[in-house]
Amino acid sequence: MTTLEPGVRIEVDGVPHAVPAGATVAAALLNAGVSGFRRAVSGTLRAPLCGMGSCFECRVRIDGVPHRRACMEVVRDGMEVRTGA
Amino acid sequence: MTAAAVTPDALVVGAGVVGAACARALAQAGLRVELLEAGFLGGGATGAGMGHIVVMDDSPAQLALTRASSGLLAELMDELPADVELVRTGTLWIAADAVEIEGARAKVDAYRAAGVAAELLDGAALAEAEPELRPGLAGAARVPEDAVLYPPALARWLAAAPGLRVREGSRVSALEGGGVVLEDGSRRSAGSVVLATGAAAAQLAPGLPVMPRRGHLLVSERYPDFCRHQLVELGYLRSAHDVRTASVAFNVQPRATGQLLIGSSRELVGWEAGVNRGMVARMLARACAYLPRLAALQMIRTWTGFRPATPDGLPLIGRWPRVPDTWVAVGHEGLGITTALATGRLLAELVTGAAPFLDPAPYDPLREPVVSG
Amino acid sequence: MLERHSADVVVVGAGPAGVAAACAAAEAGRRVLLLDEGVRPGGQIWRHAVRSGLPRPARRWLDRVDRSGATFTGGTTVVDGAPGRLLAERQGQPLEIRAAALVLATGARERFLPFRGWTLPGVVGVGGAQALVKGGLDVRGARIVVAGTGPLPLAVAAALRTAGARVSTVAEQAPARAVARFAAGLWRTPARALQAIRYRATLAGTRFRTGTWVAAAEGQDRVIGVRLTDGRRDWSEPCDWLCAAWGLIPATELAAVLGCATRDGAVVVDGALRTSVPGIWCAGESVGVAGVEAALVEGEMAGVAAGDGPPRAGLAGARQRHRGLARRMEAAFALRPELRSVAEDDVLACRCEDVPLGAARAAGSFREARLHTRLGMGACQGRVCGSALEFLLGWEPPAVRPPVLPARAGTLLAMTAQPRRDS
Repeated sequence: MTTLEPGVRIEVDGVPHAVPAGATVAAALLNAGVSGFRRAVSGTLRAPLCGMGSCFECRVRIDGVPHRRACMEVVRDGMEVRTGA
Repeated sequence: MTAAAVTPDALVVGAGVVGAACARALAQAGLRVELLEAGFLGGGATGAGMGHIVVMDDSPAQLALTRASSGLLAELMDELPADVELVRTGTLWIAADAVEIEGARAKVDAYRAAGVAAELLDGAALAEAEPELRPGLAGAARVPEDAVLYPPALARWLAAAPGLRVREGSRVSALEGGGVVLEDGSRRSAGSVVLATGAAAAQLAPGLPVMPRRGHLLVSERYPDFCRHQLVELGYLRSAHDVRTASVAFNVQPRATGQLLIGSSRELVGWEAGVNRGMVARMLARACAYLPRLAALQMIRTWTGFRPATPDGLPLIGRWPRVPDTWVAVGHEGLGITTALATGRLLAELVTGAAPFLDPAPYDPLREPVVSG
Repeated sequence: MLERHSADVVVVGAGPAGVAAACAAAEAGRRVLLLDEGVRPGGQIWRHAVRSGLPRPARRWLDRVDRSGATFTGGTTVVDGAPGRLLAERQGQPLEIRAAALVLATGARERFLPFRGWTLPGVVGVGGAQALVKGGLDVRGARIVVAGTGPLPLAVAAALRTAGARVSTVAEQAPARAVARFAAGLWRTPARALQAIRYRATLAGTRFRTGTWVAAAEGQDRVIGVRLTDGRRDWSEPCDWLCAAWGLIPATELAAVLGCATRDGAVVVDGALRTSVPGIWCAGESVGVAGVEAALVEGEMAGVAAGDGPPRAGLAGARQRHRGLARRMEAAFALRPELRSVAEDDVLACRCEDVPLGAARAAGSFREARLHTRLGMGACQGRVCGSALEFLLGWEPPAVRPPVLPARAGTLLAMTAQPRRDS
């Protein structure tokens, strides 16, 4: 297992979280207990499937930019993430 | 008696939106109709196009046909299934400067004179209507009744009319008086044959002045509320109608899905279907010049399609006298979705001998100076 | 505004094949640019936040590429290209990259097949779970069921256990006799035999069931269990995560957009890893899934060729051995036909546009389904449903159109010239 030091603060849907530096946004959100990343066309909540950038299920809004793949972005201090869109 | 043994009154060749509309109108006139499609319903230009219902006034004949068709669609509004995704977005014909605003004013006057709702927006009103447009534009002609829809679903609904049988995967290899020869060598006969194979029609009717004019489109991720109207530059009128040169024009549609559809380009390159990156780049540069923040939006896909173009920009609707009992309904360029219903009605009236609801002369396939040789 | 780069050899994908190719080309004295979507080289299999967590051969290769002189540019998504030229996006900005020679090492992704509940949060891929854990997902104490085929589920189950998860079951869809026949042939490749033994030792306490596959995932808002079946009976097992995927498929989209021929879902190459387009080589999983060793050998071959370096002995022979093993593996772990009837018609086939399988089935082809149901028209560009329907309905996935991945309009407008035609 990867050893990661907590060291980055991000905000998920307005709630602050301390997350390990070097983690992907997807992992950080899942660790924070988020299970619905985006709302699908038919209304259900979706979360990461492929973990490597090809399924686009983990799309979230990052620092105001919608449709970012959470599995392909690494957390940055001060990052603001919005889920459920 | 097997189904195949029933001789239909009319065969319509080509199940794009125009063919489907013709077949439906013929069936509603009481004819037994077969709609033959080489591929699948709506799989040609119908599936590749933007899907707008837009009244246009390049010529009186174009205005007559687009206005009539828009009216026919309005009558069907309540019947159309949800998957047609009809949205009355209205069109904004955007005037960039003081010269173009005069064009917008003239457009509004012309539409009103023809009984089409239209209003002139000044720069401030335009900015309020569409805040993502770049500041400093002169204004726009707003045509509120214009709409966008999903063309394959419209074609499918039209082709589901009673009295109409669809045969997909039936490729016609030749027209004969009173029938067609299919790819497998078999023959289908009928009282009348209607050719509606769009840009490919000249393959079955040599001498028919219709040719493929390639267009590119892009579709974005979902950005609901980025814009509300179909947005078209007024300069579109200039750039769209010089048949010989490749051109691009700003044309963006908000779709029912929240996606943006971005056009448009016109090129004469035969049937080459590959994506021309230079053309895509020009289209996007043009679109971003009007909608600066579009540059940051994600594009999912690009594709091409072939508009059926004619030398004078008007469709060919009427009898094709070089083959007995044969009619054509092709050449709608970028207005096939808009004008399909009126085309179907006019064609059916001509085939059945009923009084036409529009003067058919401007669309006559043999009109001067369209046909040479 | 458009950032421009150029190199003698540009390598796309920094997994084992790409790393080996970059090393070989740089060692031949070429200016090499190695691109990857990830922030570090290593690709999926060597994706570790901390390099010390890697097996020794991986560390050796990554150290070697560091020293080789090749430039690594991470966080870079190649979105379009033409022979000799790529368009990429990095942090939202366009990048144009010119290359005298191009090596594609775009790897593979997992094949997903629909089953009831497969869209529930908590249902992830097999490699997907591993990627998430490498990305920092905490699975300590989590109950996990792994279902799939081939060696990956075992490797991932072992990694998940090492990360602190309780892996109750590994379900292998292939029948026991096929797995046994394949395992008996492992003596031919000692490294793999060793790996297999290591997995088995780590997996004490985890059931390994052959001839078993997922019938459905259970749960309302998130997965709480899985119904497994062996075709005669089915049973439920509780789980916090269900890892399910059906093998790997080559990622060929970039090659296809560049005009390289593909066949049976893989990029076509000759014995020297040349694609059908002059100046473009392809190596590793994208020419056919065959594992790390094959990828390394092929990457090295392609890197030597693209860098015009002196031939290295033994590579072609090694490649043949690895490819031979891959063929045996593919035969042993062929997907069983029962998997075609797992999902009912109301289960979604396309997760981007939420198109049910039945609606897709009613169309005659991928193109037709696309047009009439919007299947495959969403953000993943048909990556998930394409490979599923290829297996379920025998449909040919649709032709790839640019961009290779969703890209900003501002990026695509930087691609200004017409690509050359296929030769």
